Amino acid sequence: MSAPRVTVPRSLDEALAALAGAAPETLLLAGGTDLMVEFESGRTAPRDVVSLWRLDELRGVRDEGGGLRMGALTTCADLLGSDLARARADVLVDAAAEVGAVQIQNRATVGGNLGTASPAADLNPVLLALGATVRLRSASGSRDLPVEEFLTGYRATARRPDELIESIAIPARPAGERRRFRKVGTRRAQSISKVVVALAATLADGRFTAVRAAAGSVAPTAVLLPSLAAELVGQPPDEARLDAAARRAARDDAAPIDDVRSTAAYRRLVLQRVLRTELGALAAGA
Amino acid sequence: MTERRVEEERRGFSRRAFLQGAGGVAAASSLTEAVHAAQDPASEVQRMRGPEEVELRVNGGTLPATVEPRTTLLDALRHRVDPPLTGTKLVCGEGACGACTVLVDGRPMYACMLLAADVVGREIRTVEGLADGDGLSPVQEAFCEKDGLMCGFCTPGFLMSATGLLERKPDADAEEVRRALSGNFCRCGTQPHIFEAVAEAGRRLREGGR
Repeated sequence: MSAPRVTVPRSLDEALAALAGAAPETLLLAGGTDLMVEFESGRTAPRDVVSLWRLDELRGVRDEGGGLRMGALTTCADLLGSDLARARADVLVDAAAEVGAVQIQNRATVGGNLGTASPAADLNPVLLALGATVRLRSASGSRDLPVEEFLTGYRATARRPDELIESIAIPARPAGERRRFRKVGTRRAQSISKVVVALAATLADGRFTAVRAAAGSVAPTAVLLPSLAAELVGQPPDEARLDAAARRAARDDAAPIDDVRSTAAYRRLVLQRVLRTELGALAAGA
Repeated sequence: MTERRVEEERRGFSRRAFLQGAGGVAAASSLTEAVHAAQDPASEVQRMRGPEEVELRVNGGTLPATVEPRTTLLDALRHRVDPPLTGTKLVCGEGACGACTVLVDGRPMYACMLLAADVVGREIRTVEGLADGDGLSPVQEAFCEKDGLMCGFCTPGFLMSATGLLERKPDADAEEVRRALSGNFCRCGTQPHIFEAVAEAGRRLREGGR
C-alpha cells in the first residue's frame, strides 16, 4: 500500500472532486472521535484520508416538512443547543447528551456516527427508530437511503467511494408518537455503550398502532427490532404482552458478542430488561 | 531521553505509521490526481501532502507552524510552534483522559483528536492563555486556593474545561460542573477539590471578576 495522504478540502465541491477519483479504501474523517482512536491503536492501517471538518456547508439543522434535516457535520453539541432539534427529535438530543463527554460532544457528528457504522455509535439506533434517511452526495448527484439500508454490517455502509454523507433527515413526528431512549454503559459520561435502545410507538384506543424500535451494541451494527412490532401492533400494552415482546426481540433480533466491554449473555439480558422497562414507561405515557 | 522521544516511544509504531507517510513517498495517487484535475491551479485548495506552513491563531496571537496534514493540534502546539506550548499535555492520546483539552472557538475539545489543518483560522486557547501576565485567571486562582490538584499533570485540561464552561455559563450548578468535567480524569483523585474550585471560580465570575 502506498503512503497515506490527508486531503483537507475547504469546500463541498473540493471534497466531491477529491472523492471522484478516490481509492475505494479512502477514509472520510469528520469529528475524528472514532477514527483518531483507531489510528492511535493501529487497528486501522494507514490509508488515504479526506478530512471533512472544514466543510461548513455540512453543518446546521433546519426544518424540512415538519421534520428535521441535519448537515452531516452537525455535532452532538449542536443538537444540544438547538431548540428545533429538541422540538423535532427529542430522543436524538437525549442520545447526544449521553455521548462521551463535552469534548467528544463538541466533535462527534451525526454523519460520523453513521459513516463509521460502529455497532456502539449511540445516535444510530435513534436514527433507525425515527425512520431517518441518509442523503449521499457525489460529484454526479445525490441519493437518499433509509438508515437501515445504509448500515449494511460491522463498520460497513452502502456509501460508494465517491460519495459522502451530505445530510440526514428525520421525518415529521407522527401524531401521538411516544419515544424513549436509554443507554447502558459503565459510567454515565465518557463510556462506550454496552446496550443502547431507542423506541418510537403510537397507541390508539388502548392498542399499539405502530412500533419502531432499534438497538445498538447488540449486533454487528445498529439494528431494527422487528419482533417488537410483530408482537405488539394491534395489541393492548398489557404486562404479559410487553414481557413477551421484550423477550422475543432480545432473543431473535439481537446477535451480541463477548468483547472487552461486556458479554453476549449480559447484553442480551440487559437488552430484554431495558426494552421491557422502556416499553412500560412508553405505554404509561412517560 | 528527550520529551519528544518519550512521546514517540509511547505512541509506538501505529500513530507514527499514520503520521509519517506523505512527505517523500509515492507519486500522486488517483485521489490527488483527481483533486489536481478538478481544481483551478490558481485556487487555494489545501491538498496537504507534505509539510506546509500554516498560521494557527493561539491565545490571541498568530503562530506560524510547519505541520503535515496528519499532524494533530496537540503535536503542533507542543512541538511545532516556537516557543513550544507544552502546557497542553499528552497522556492517553486517544480522547479519553482530557489532559490535552483546549478551547476551539470557546468549546473544549481534545487536541489529540484534532488535525492541526482542521483548525487553521479557528481561535485556539490553551492553558498558557489563561493568565494575564502574572495575574491568574479566576479559575486558576480558585484551583490554587482550593487545592484543586496534586501532581498537576491533568490540571491544564481541567482548567480549560472549567473555563469553557464558566465563560458560557458562570452560574453553572454542581451537576453541570460535574458533567462539564466528566471528560477529564484526575488519577490523584482530587475531583472534590476541583469541583469546589470551579464553584468558587463561578462565584467570582458572577461577582464581576475577569
